[in-house]
Amino acid sequence: MSQIRDAHGRDDQPEVDNAVTARNVSKTYGDVEALKDLSLDFPRGQLTSLLGPSGCGKTTLLKIIGGLLAPTSGEVEVNGQTVTGPGPDRAFVFQDFALLPWANVIRNVAFGLELRGVARSEREEIAQKYIHNVGLGGFENSYPHELSGGMRQRVGLARALSVDAQVLLMDEPFSAVDEQTRRKFQEDLLSLVQHESKTFIFVTHSIEEAVYVSDQIAILLPRPSRVSEVIKPTGFRNKGTDNIRRDPEYLDIVDRIWASLRSYVE
Amino acid sequence: MPGRSLLLKLLSAVIVFGAWEIAGRIPVSYAFPTFLESMWALVKLTLDGTIFTAYAETLKPLVVGIVISAVLGIGLGLWIGLSSKFDWLFSPIFVVMQSAPLAALIPLLVMAYGIGLTSKVFVVCIMAMPVIVLNTSGAVRNTPSTIKEMGRAFLGSERDIILKIIIPAASPIIFAGLRLGISAGFIGAILAELKITPTGVGDIITYSRSIADYPSMYAAIFSIILLAVLFLNLLERVELLLFKGHNRGYVSD
Ligand SMILES: Nc1ncnc2c1ncn2[C@@H]1O[C@H](COP(=O)(O)OP(=O)(O)OP(=O)(O)O)[C@@H](O)[C@H]1O
Ligand SMILES: [Mg+2]
Repeated sequence: MSQIRDAHGRDDQPEVDNAVTARNVSKTYGDVEALKDLSLDFPRGQLTSLLGPSGCGKTTLLKIIGGLLAPTSGEVEVNGQTVTGPGPDRAFVFQDFALLPWANVIRNVAFGLELRGVARSEREEIAQKYIHNVGLGGFENSYPHELSGGMRQRVGLARALSVDAQVLLMDEPFSAVDEQTRRKFQEDLLSLVQHESKTFIFVTHSIEEAVYVSDQIAILLPRPSRVSEVIKPTGFRNKGTDNIRRDPEYLDIVDRIWASLRSYVE
Repeated sequence: MPGRSLLLKLLSAVIVFGAWEIAGRIPVSYAFPTFLESMWALVKLTLDGTIFTAYAETLKPLVVGIVISAVLGIGLGLWIGLSSKFDWLFSPIFVVMQSAPLAALIPLLVMAYGIGLTSKVFVVCIMAMPVIVLNTSGAVRNTPSTIKEMGRAFLGSERDIILKIIIPAASPIIFAGLRLGISAGFIGAILAELKITPTGVGDIITYSRSIADYPSMYAAIFSIILLAVLFLNLLERVELLLFKGHNRGYVSD
């Protein structure tokens, strides 16, 4: 069965190794309180989803972890080090892709490596590999405007994967792909989590997606914008990708999350 | 579709020149020659070499002024655009410069710098530089923040972000400013020759007007427009070569 704990209550599990820890993070934009006193642990090697209604501060939290935004108060630690800016230990997948419109796919994918000073032939070789992994083989020389929304999103995904960071910050990485591709990506993501010792922080709007891919789901609610609940599905993770969607625990958790989110949609 | 756009350009040229020919034949004014008369005058000016000696003179302030405006204008524009502090200090200067009545400034320039090359270069710069500076600084400031953020997220240095993100993103608008600035510079060069001392092409215009040789006058004006058009087309080629992919539209979503 799943274990549920209050966001602030200490759980009784043995000490887990956290790749990322957010402690009492608050962020205000002028008058808008995007995050208020948010604390959350991200266990190493696991996938944590941030789930919540639009505008509740998911992107804000991700950018604070990424070092792109400074919190108004509180702090984030990555591998025990307080975050003061972007670092090689984190890679970002942007909600709006953030591709260079004048660069073709291979240059866009290799751009993270280019900025790190990796030699051209080497970085293009690495980029090539990830372009294939995300299913964009053959589009190396296309420009972003020649690609569909979903394909652009995959370029952003390949760029983040190719810098080989320990922590992947993914802001709705599958929002623009079609349902079939989305399912394939979810499966790919599961095997990625399993085979690579990376920590994934994954923002999504989709309850099903969150439950399907996550080791831990943090539900964010607006006002006050903090973690209202952390759900850790445990039972169905090893039952094989095909059986998850039929598992009673899976369905159960989906229902429960919907019940707590529904009031914010109405 | 380069063939089609060339065809359209030719077509629009034919229409303009046709209208000119008709207007000249009506005639709209006694001082308005037909297109063919003007072209014939241009041929004569070319054959006797007058036009070449004239351009040798006119191109000096033009080229010097445009080079200064481009280098200084883009440099200054980048600087203003990148620093939030200097924007309010410098932008107004160029806005004023852009809208100042140049003819009123020329006597001041002549007083300060005499009637030589310096004053003419100044006139070209005053015409060309503001739009280059304003376009460049505006474009730099309007670089989409998400791609700058992306550059930071992937550990780009300040320099990387300027060279690999901000300048390429701004380049289409910088080039547009350059084109506008250069056309204005051409106007400035002729204006300087008409208002300061008649030399070069300005001299042909002034002199042929004084002896009522209107075809030659229009031939000179036509030649400067032709030169400007050719030069701007060249610039466009350079831009395409330099920033391949930039004409491929923008992805903002
Ligand atoms: N740069 C900004 N300036 C001012 N307010 C901002 C800024 N960025 C975000 N906000 C505000 O902060 C709140 C949280 O924004 P954020 O982008 O983190 O939401 P989100 O959870 O990612 O939403 P979505 O699911 O729609 O992407 C929103 O109410 C938004 O209005
Ligand atoms: Mg968001």
